[in-house]
Amino acid sequence: MCEACGCGLPAGIPATVSGPGHHDHGEHDHPDHVHDHGHHGHEHSHDHPHHHHPSEPGAAERQTLDLRHAILEKNDRLAERNRGFFQARGILVINVLSSPGSGKTTLIGQTIRRLGPRLRTAVIVGDLATDNDARRLRESGAPVVQINTGTVCHLEADMVARAVKQLDTARLDLLVIENVGNLVCPASYDLGEDLRVVVLSVTEGEDKPLKYPPIFHQAHAVIVSKLDLDRACDFNREAATANLRHIAPRARLFELSAKTGAGLDDWCGYLVQQHEAVKHRDPLDA
Amino acid sequence: MHELSIMQSALNQALREAGLAGASRVHEIRLRIGVLSGVVPDALRFAFEALAPGTAAHGAVLTIEEVPARFWCAACHRDFVAANFYAECPDCGATSGELRAGRELELSSLEVDHV
Repeated sequence: MCEACGCGLPAGIPATVSGPGHHDHGEHDHPDHVHDHGHHGHEHSHDHPHHHHPSEPGAAERQTLDLRHAILEKNDRLAERNRGFFQARGILVINVLSSPGSGKTTLIGQTIRRLGPRLRTAVIVGDLATDNDARRLRESGAPVVQINTGTVCHLEADMVARAVKQLDTARLDLLVIENVGNLVCPASYDLGEDLRVVVLSVTEGEDKPLKYPPIFHQAHAVIVSKLDLDRACDFNREAATANLRHIAPRARLFELSAKTGAGLDDWCGYLVQQHEAVKHRDPLDA
Repeated sequence: MHELSIMQSALNQALREAGLAGASRVHEIRLRIGVLSGVVPDALRFAFEALAPGTAAHGAVLTIEEVPARFWCAACHRDFVAANFYAECPDCGATSGELRAGRELELSSLEVDHV
């Protein structure tokens, strides 16, 4: 049966996970068939959003409201609006996630320098406070918008929508969103990106993917950074790769050092190739 | 600690739906939370205790159903519950990139006064 809703459709009917979004339950419809929600022990048809009925016998003064609302529905809706905006302009958008201090800012700065004129790039960077990262990133020559989230531990789609208004999107190929340094909370928030990129520095240990499965599971690409420090940290690259494969079997893996430049060409080549795919995508196919 | 804002969203939706149904009291709020959603149920419960007082959901029971991570194995034509979040089919060992369940953040139902 369908695992998402418990309806009787056979499991062989494809249900997809649409990128960083939630389980996409639009793949099959529920025309008029009846759902059996086990916890109520009764059946109801599915052709209206929710309905009311008395609960357990003897508790007639109460009623159950069946809702099935996505709690982050508003963020998901705004993220889709962002996605449409970016797709219409052929902009590749990446959401860069990691714990604090993994080297996101250095990596992004060096990526912009290495890409040079191949991709016109801008950055939106989120931090709780200060514009230190924005100032460092501006040294790369790219336009940068700093978002200060105050006490909020992640970026949300509406923050990105507001920040984008400060950028000249007519002349942009790549938008890099540097999320707040945090391996937990940003995992829940779609920003409208094409790719989620998770950075894992060798100083954090090989088992990070096993400790933080949600964020690694969603990664389209994983970057092992600070490779110049791997010996000093006794970093076991084989173990790290094996752990990543368990949690994120389809993610593209890059090993690099933003400091020495090793591995940066592969990463930049990937971005150029992904941008080509975005640029030539049929908007109605998205 | 994004659980506070997530619980606030869920509570707002619950209060709105209860109001639309004409109910003055919410007795139970039921959530479905996937293990790969990035949200910690205990933190939601803590947030609910802080947010519910002064609303129609004060004193309500918060019931959280945790949804395990389920992947689809294309080779075996079956889905499986992922042990330790490993996306590997326990039968054939093939890795799956197709998550069928486990990312839910859902307000599933409410118990409210019958009007």
